[in-house]
Amino acid sequence: MTVETFKYDNRWVRNFAFASFLWGFVGMLVGLIIALQLVFPQLNFVEWTTFGRLRPLHTNAVIFAFVGNGIFMGVYYSLQRLLKARMWSDALSAIHFWGWQLIIVAAAITLPLGLSAGKEYAELEWPIDIAITLIWVVFGINMFATILTRRERHLYVAIWFYIATWITVAMLHIVNSMELPISAFKSYSLYAGVQDALVQWWYGHNAVAFFLTTPYLGLMYYFLPKAANRPVYSYRLSIIHFWALIFLYIWAGPHHLLYTALPDWAQSLGTVFSVMLIAPSWGGMINGLLTLRGAWDKVREDPVLKFMVVAVTAYGMATFEGPLLSIKSVNAISHYTDWTIAHVHVGALGWNGFLTFGILYWLLPRLYNTKLFSVRLANAHFWLGTLGILFYAIPMYWGGIYQSLMWKQFTAEGILKYPNFLETVSYLRPFYIARALGGLLYLTGTTVGIYNLIKTAAQGKFVAEEEASAPALEKNYTPHGTEGWHRVIERRPVQMLIFSFIMVAIGGIIEFVPTFLIESNVPSIASVKPYTPLELHGRDIYIREGCYNCHSQMIRPFRSETERYGEYSKAGEFVYDHPFQFGSKRTGPDLQREGAKYPDSWHYNHMMDPTIMSPGSIMPAYPHIIDHDLDTNTTAAKIKAMQMLGVPYPKGYEAIAGTDLVKQETVIQASLAKDGIKVSKNKEIIAVIAYLQRLGRDIKTNPQTAAAQN
Amino acid sequence: MSVLFVLISACLLMALLFLLAFVWSVKAGQYDDDYTPSVRILFDDTTRSDSSNKTNPEQ
Repeated sequence: MTVETFKYDNRWVRNFAFASFLWGFVGMLVGLIIALQLVFPQLNFVEWTTFGRLRPLHTNAVIFAFVGNGIFMGVYYSLQRLLKARMWSDALSAIHFWGWQLIIVAAAITLPLGLSAGKEYAELEWPIDIAITLIWVVFGINMFATILTRRERHLYVAIWFYIATWITVAMLHIVNSMELPISAFKSYSLYAGVQDALVQWWYGHNAVAFFLTTPYLGLMYYFLPKAANRPVYSYRLSIIHFWALIFLYIWAGPHHLLYTALPDWAQSLGTVFSVMLIAPSWGGMINGLLTLRGAWDKVREDPVLKFMVVAVTAYGMATFEGPLLSIKSVNAISHYTDWTIAHVHVGALGWNGFLTFGILYWLLPRLYNTKLFSVRLANAHFWLGTLGILFYAIPMYWGGIYQSLMWKQFTAEGILKYPNFLETVSYLRPFYIARALGGLLYLTGTTVGIYNLIKTAAQGKFVAEEEASAPALEKNYTPHGTEGWHRVIERRPVQMLIFSFIMVAIGGIIEFVPTFLIESNVPSIASVKPYTPLELHGRDIYIREGCYNCHSQMIRPFRSETERYGEYSKAGEFVYDHPFQFGSKRTGPDLQREGAKYPDSWHYNHMMDPTIMSPGSIMPAYPHIIDHDLDTNTTAAKIKAMQMLGVPYPKGYEAIAGTDLVKQETVIQASLAKDGIKVSKNKEIIAVIAYLQRLGRDIKTNPQTAAAQN
Repeated sequence: MSVLFVLISACLLMALLFLLAFVWSVKAGQYDDDYTPSVRILFDDTTRSDSSNKTNPEQ
């Protein structure tokens, strides 16, 4: 047995670490800005900084820039040490790092410009989607080649988490980003309506699962034992909860679409898997916390462990809440409200944020061969952050539940107690102020943390190459003589149990899926017609402005919603929606039945300044839509793309679509002129009005409801 | 609803891949010992002389 000497590469670990906290600061700052915009709508300033464009920037920055770089930092550090091997290729490490940063810069430019695919957490347009795929493959090659050239035969549980992360994120990203480009930065989702929603939330939920959870569990299994200098409480539990977690998570997506037009059986499938998820999730939390048994005295003194304990606790809270919110009767209250926002922030600020900073405080002194610059500052960061989470989450829980109950409140006479949606929004103002304060506290903590980390780096000397030695891996390995795999698991009852469970679950699914798929799940509705060219343009502006961030287009079959908005939404109504725009949050009212509710001039004035028509509204003003000319050069391309996606425009319609567009513009222009508004017909506002007035009119609406709304 | 076929087969494929990975890992002896690995990661194998802030177990 020869002992080989080699060097760990710390450069990319360091670079990813710096990228993580710098982008983290940017992402959180944008978060604070949009939180303040909900209190002071004047802060929307210009078209590039409106809430609808900055909110995707915030979510993408925090998920893919802050947490993404955090993942890579932790993987590049722990993988080398767990495998006793240098990262396979320095060149691939460099491409991975710089490629990922370029993607983030591209996102930071395109999202404020309104170049958006219109699907939450997947807003980036198709060229960036391709770049993400390529860089992800580079990361994969580098990681798997390192695994193949390792000097340690056993793959520690953290590595299993990294592998599952890589393969699942690759699948999710590719399937959800299937889109038909019509220009350099505009594309349409290949899927439509309910189907698009299902794909999107299958992706969206598993982005949480396999980008925010599994890689971070892997990091927890490496860095928490290292920081506590204790082996993980139960290695066996870590194995069990790993396999159970990855198997269950992938099915849970439909719980984002409970009570929507998604077929009932798919909703139930999502609920069942979501509820089951509590077991493996809490397995991880318990394993993390119990690792500290007998080491709680260290937690009192070591800021690294303090951060990690709160992180793991936040993980436990968020994964308790997840199954709870997936139960239909709870979801009926929580969906579309700030409760969901509180839920994700317990996960993002607590679990991801605190684990990242715990790791950074542990890692940077080691990379720079020094001590942490200031333990006091780290403790200050800890308390600012913890208070920030509480100030964020509690008001959002309170406000979210209260608003939902206001939406559902009927008077003794059986009419809505708060028929004016705005009344319920105004009620939230103090909660939004408290939330912004929570965000400010957390961001202040982050700033203190960044200062502390930079000072730590400045006082030490960076160890770019760390020498290590380990024996080479023997080529041949025969663990049990000649026995087969089944003999091996027979001696392992727990693993045998999981193995059988997986088999049973898969068998069950194979059985019942065809049973359900025999009849079509989206009954077509004859009166639902494709959008006119002008409406299609208006819809693309709706997507560009990110209206879906605050307005849903999905009325659930509750009396409180049908009274407020009109007939509940049917799956067949969305068959031409590429992409779907159901939305997931009602900061403003649902728009599914908006068509014909108000005159054209109402929308014109409302876009110019929402407070003219709705005093106290917190919606941004959109004067730029009134100023901008509609770009009709793309009309033909849009119609052609829709035809390719199966929207039944007549053959050759793209040639005459422009004429139809002008005709419709003239009608709306005349209607506006009647109310004393002079506007030239080639403005974007005309297209937006056309789209909004079309919404939900294809099936017969209840005229009484529409009247009650006004 | 054709996308359901895509999603369900993708989910099944993923589940199957995970299952194969699990079977492989058991077969390859990954879980023959479920205690040592948890302790082994605590030891550093770096040959750097300075170990002022290193986590050296049982010291």
